[in-house]
Amino acid sequence: MSYVTHADLGGQPGFGPVTPEPEGELFHAAWEPRALALTLAMGATGSWNIDASRAVRETLPNYRDLSYYQVWLGALEQLMLQRGQVFPDEIATGEMRHPAEPVARVLQAGNVPAVLAKGSPTERAAPGPARFAVGQAVRMHIGKADHHTRLPGYVQGKRGTIEHVHGAHVFADAHAQGQGEQPQWLYTVVFDEAELWGNAAPRQNLSVSVDAWESYLEPAA
Amino acid sequence: MTGHDHSHEHSELGEMDLRVRALESVLTQKGYIDPAALDVLIDTYQTRIGPRNGARVVARAWVDSVFHDWLLRDATAAIASLGYTGRQGEHMVAVENTAEQHHMVVCTLCSCYPWPVLGLPPTWYKSAPYRSRAVKDPRGVLADFGTVLPESTRIRVWDSTAEVRYLVIPQRPEGTEGMSEEELAALVTRDSMIGTRRVEAASTGGAS
Repeated sequence: MSYVTHADLGGQPGFGPVTPEPEGELFHAAWEPRALALTLAMGATGSWNIDASRAVRETLPNYRDLSYYQVWLGALEQLMLQRGQVFPDEIATGEMRHPAEPVARVLQAGNVPAVLAKGSPTERAAPGPARFAVGQAVRMHIGKADHHTRLPGYVQGKRGTIEHVHGAHVFADAHAQGQGEQPQWLYTVVFDEAELWGNAAPRQNLSVSVDAWESYLEPAA
Repeated sequence: MTGHDHSHEHSELGEMDLRVRALESVLTQKGYIDPAALDVLIDTYQTRIGPRNGARVVARAWVDSVFHDWLLRDATAAIASLGYTGRQGEHMVAVENTAEQHHMVVCTLCSCYPWPVLGLPPTWYKSAPYRSRAVKDPRGVLADFGTVLPESTRIRVWDSTAEVRYLVIPQRPEGTEGMSEEELAALVTRDSMIGTRRVEAASTGGAS
């Protein structure tokens, strides 16, 4: 076991109150929009996929001490260092000292609106019939994954109900590891609050859902 | 020691600034990026793609029952018909708040958010307090926003763990029957489309 995510926060205690902020307040320092744009522009080169970038972000050792865009920038540097696209001496000096690695595409200013409007849909042809149907009871897998996963800890081992079948989607766990898209059926699974938090927790009149790939699920009695 | 503290803050801010500038410079020299594209990206999310888009979707759903039903049945297509598509909104689902049922959206694992209709997520949406508490203590989170719901109102929290993105259609406030679609859109706040606030008839929407 070497993979440690610091991002699986659902239900974790001790983080205090939420601080609302006005609608127009998007950035809190001049470098933040540049970090955002650099991340989007490099993402558009096709050098990695969104699941691989999430994996690098959530495993940054100091993830919880960093601000959001510090996480993005740190992960961007890591992704590029891993691919030999930049080197530490270049990051330190801002000067190109090693030859460039070819990239598949460069996002040109004129193409930005079209590229954003197109996005990256993840729905794919179904690999076969769906294993589960709406209304069916399922139990979520339990156990720590040694790789990026989108199965949050707080629902692992819990019993839920299939509420919606979304079609087959690129499987994030495989995609993040460079194992291709391996599309799987994707479901919305809904849980009762007592199942997630126990009967002792204060009742909220609450249900919670996650979107879960088929391999996260087993039929439940 | 105030002077020292100030210079320390400045040097920290400067550090991130320099780091981003250095990276941008290297990536430009290497031909990986078009610096003009960065400006367009930033301008897009500061001026063109933001919660006013979502507000138009909500207002249309409030006044047009055919659009309303389409939005609940196939949100991706209904939202695309107003021109909002693409990155981080490829697969949309709209959920509707009523007196009986309140919906709230979170991404406990990172910061998944419907960009084409709401733009970039606010800091609180990406923060540990919101991500940790929304799925366990949503009424406590709502209270942080000054939102109090009757105990009888069922709460549903949607954790965006895959590439489906959720838009909350808030309840249309009473006393807005005579308002135009445009006036209604101006009432709809970003937070009401995430589900942490309700829309108030007296709200000033995006101007708040």
